[in-house]
Amino acid sequence: MSITVSPSATNAGLTRIDGPAKVTGTAAYAFEQPVESPLYLHPVQATIARGSVRSIDTSRASSLSGVVDVMTHENAPRLADASDAEYAILQGPEIGFRGQFLAAVVADTPEIARHAAGLVTVDYEVSEHDAELRWDHPELYAPEQVNAGKATDTATGDADAVLEQAAVKLDRMYSTPWENNNPMEPHTTIALWNDEGLTLYESTQGVHPVRMAIAPVFGLPPDDVHVIAPHVGGGFGSKGLPHANLVLTALAAQRLRGRAVKFALTRQQMFSVAGYRSPTIQRVQLGADPSGRLAALAVDVVVQTSRIKEFVEQAASPARMMYAAEHRRTSHRVAALDVPIPSWMRAPGECPGMFGLEVAMDELAEELGLDPIELRERNEPEIDPETGKPFANRRLLDCFRLGAERFGWDRRNSRPGSRWEGRRRLGIGVASATYPYMRQRASSARIRYEGEGVYAVHIGAADLGTGTWTTLTQIAAECLDVGVEQIRLQIGDSSLPMATVAGGSSGTASWGSAILAAAGRFREEHGTAPEAGAEVRVRSPRQLETEGLSMHSFGAHFAEVSVDADTGEIRVDRLLGVFSAGRIINPRTARSQFLGGMTMGLGMALHEQSVMDPRFGIVVNHDLAEYHVPTNADVRDMEAVWLDEFDEHVGPLGARGIGEIGIVGTAAAIANAACNATGIRVRDLPITPDKLLG
Amino acid sequence: MKIPITLEVDGEPRELSVDTRTTVLDALRERLGVTSPKKGCDHGQCGACTVLLDGSRVNSCLLLAVAADGCAITTAAGLGAGAALHPMQQAFIEHDGFQCGYCTPGQICSAVGMLAEAAAGHPSHVTASASAFESDGEDGEDGEDGEVLLTDDEIRERMSGNICRCGAYVNIRAAISQAAAHAAGADRSAVPHPHSRPAEEGAS
Ligand code: FES
Ligand code: FES
Repeated sequence: MSITVSPSATNAGLTRIDGPAKVTGTAAYAFEQPVESPLYLHPVQATIARGSVRSIDTSRASSLSGVVDVMTHENAPRLADASDAEYAILQGPEIGFRGQFLAAVVADTPEIARHAAGLVTVDYEVSEHDAELRWDHPELYAPEQVNAGKATDTATGDADAVLEQAAVKLDRMYSTPWENNNPMEPHTTIALWNDEGLTLYESTQGVHPVRMAIAPVFGLPPDDVHVIAPHVGGGFGSKGLPHANLVLTALAAQRLRGRAVKFALTRQQMFSVAGYRSPTIQRVQLGADPSGRLAALAVDVVVQTSRIKEFVEQAASPARMMYAAEHRRTSHRVAALDVPIPSWMRAPGECPGMFGLEVAMDELAEELGLDPIELRERNEPEIDPETGKPFANRRLLDCFRLGAERFGWDRRNSRPGSRWEGRRRLGIGVASATYPYMRQRASSARIRYEGEGVYAVHIGAADLGTGTWTTLTQIAAECLDVGVEQIRLQIGDSSLPMATVAGGSSGTASWGSAILAAAGRFREEHGTAPEAGAEVRVRSPRQLETEGLSMHSFGAHFAEVSVDADTGEIRVDRLLGVFSAGRIINPRTARSQFLGGMTMGLGMALHEQSVMDPRFGIVVNHDLAEYHVPTNADVRDMEAVWLDEFDEHVGPLGARGIGEIGIVGTAAAIANAACNATGIRVRDLPITPDKLLG
Repeated sequence: MKIPITLEVDGEPRELSVDTRTTVLDALRERLGVTSPKKGCDHGQCGACTVLLDGSRVNSCLLLAVAADGCAITTAAGLGAGAALHPMQQAFIEHDGFQCGYCTPGQICSAVGMLAEAAAGHPSHVTASASAFESDGEDGEDGEDGEVLLTDDEIRERMSGNICRCGAYVNIRAAISQAAAHAAGADRSAVPHPHSRPAEEGAS
């Protein structure tokens, strides 16, 4: 198989269709949707981690001029279905985590609402809490399953016995911290109840998933819930499902029928109610023969969830399929703590899991005196070790070969700490990336000929920076064989045909398949010279028969870092990602998405860490001054390329999806490069300067 | 307490009376319906709310509206000449300098303000030496007339007050370089945008 690279991506591909609206700031996000004389909501949050509200005094808030309503668990409307504790807002006095909503003030202006919320006083019944995750937490348990419906534990052969006897054995602990998604646009809702039902302008990765989640909570037929989200300011998983802020706003709007109520979480509030990535503690054991072939592998992971709702990050799952080893074991154990509810953050499972595994592979290579890429070549499985199925398209080694050549891997000195430039030590490292192809649920699309050459294309998809406006327009134009200027796309509205969530790197593939099927049907029924008004509505066809195949995307990250010998300050001077992800629809926006994932991976490597103070159950660095995400100065020479592919197994579109793989493995590559530079092995993220002062 | 003020927004005088606690950002977004500047943190930590105030870039969430009475504010919606996009905006589109677009109006206002600062010789943390804006011609970092040469390092440093969680920095830098070259070609001493006053000389 030949390796070809995409045409130099920078100048290829349609520029974004929503570009002019985005660069002028006129694209309307949720909070900016025009509504008549809106009211503003500000919440009151719990300041204890566990217990209940004994009494709540709202009198001073209520008497403030401009306050329209103060809502607590004593007067809030009852929900039809409060079985999901995340959505059971103001339904009782119990407190499950610090930051939980206890009341809301609705007022004429945001200033008054905020002031009044500060006047509400709460008397607590305080219970003892536990907000500290530990490897040896006494109440760890095995969940029924982990995120994405995966098995909690797996075992093949006898990993422990074989590890015991292995010629070369590695047994290490790794950890990744609590991380918050922190999209730039806060989680935002405008809610309006009237005779037509509930209208929600919501910052979300999926209008239909919001409707399906929220309608039963309020006891409404789905058609009575109208969700609108044409532009979304990033999500990275945290807007994949609605959070408590939506329910709180809708409850307030229910009491104030006919008035629109607006609520945007503050940056600080986002740290407790908008989901986050659980910290992980990982024990990785590798046993190899002297040539580096793995005989056994065991990965045991400990994560946290909230006592009131379970979410288990599947961090051990990539170790199940990544490398060949006859004897293998993986497990997940979870501690239910009095903490906010964890959720999806870009590549849940794979992202933290591939940190431990890929640093361990680097350590094993060092131990064996082998090149890290060579070690991966020796452990390339012929079939998926977990399922025994053949891989549809496993091109991990192609990614490494291409990357090694482009990056100048041969310049690496395998002896750590041997390259200097002034007072800076230089090092190079690699890591693998992988992300599963999510078998899509069906989406629907409508195509209507409007006359004068114009085709309206309707689907309830979302663009959270993913380029959906552009890529779906391109797909429609290509499938109808017309120019992109002839397509009028509409997305982000639940009154449009049903679309799946923008999550699991599956959006473009699922929605694109629906449009592709609709275009085919349109031409079949209406030909190439249709009458104005000609229309079809099509559900994407059933998935091709791929049950017998193991389907994943792969990639290779190359990092070069320099570390100041005196201060430990680390810079990522170069990053290269090479990906195999099926067809790339738009090289320009795809490159941006890969680079964006890698940039977030750089943040994971060097900066990001939500610091929990277990005494109070609070993330103390809950803002962007103290929770560091990468800035322009942190990102230096960075490039993403991909193998020229068309994955025929995923259907006529040929695309597997690219939203997540960019972040998987980046942090490990950087940690491995840091070790090559300094000889210091950092196993606990983030790699702050203190850890590099040997 | 409400105070009547006048703001000139994108060339248009707007009168309103504001709560003394209202920020320029909230006055624009919630009172005047000018939603081009975005709110990402409300604490001066992200740059999404950046506008040009009398030609200089500011975080509008940190500025009380009453204190901006009589000022001229330019948002990304008012940068271009009429319907035409500003060269900086055009460059952001060509280089795909954004994904979700939420940080983008702030990035663009910041970049336009930054070019003016560099043209006026304001040094940054990475400018080779303080003499760089005295045009001594020795260190190669400075251009003529006290202008700072906008290397990638200079752009990185000067744009680090604008966070992009989508991680578009590589492309943002490429876009700004292109727009800077365009500005230098058009006029070596000024960056074109409406409502600007010449930036002050020397270091800030
Ligand atoms: S909103 Fe003003 S700096 Fe973040
Ligand atoms: S484009 Fe999304 S935050 Fe910058």
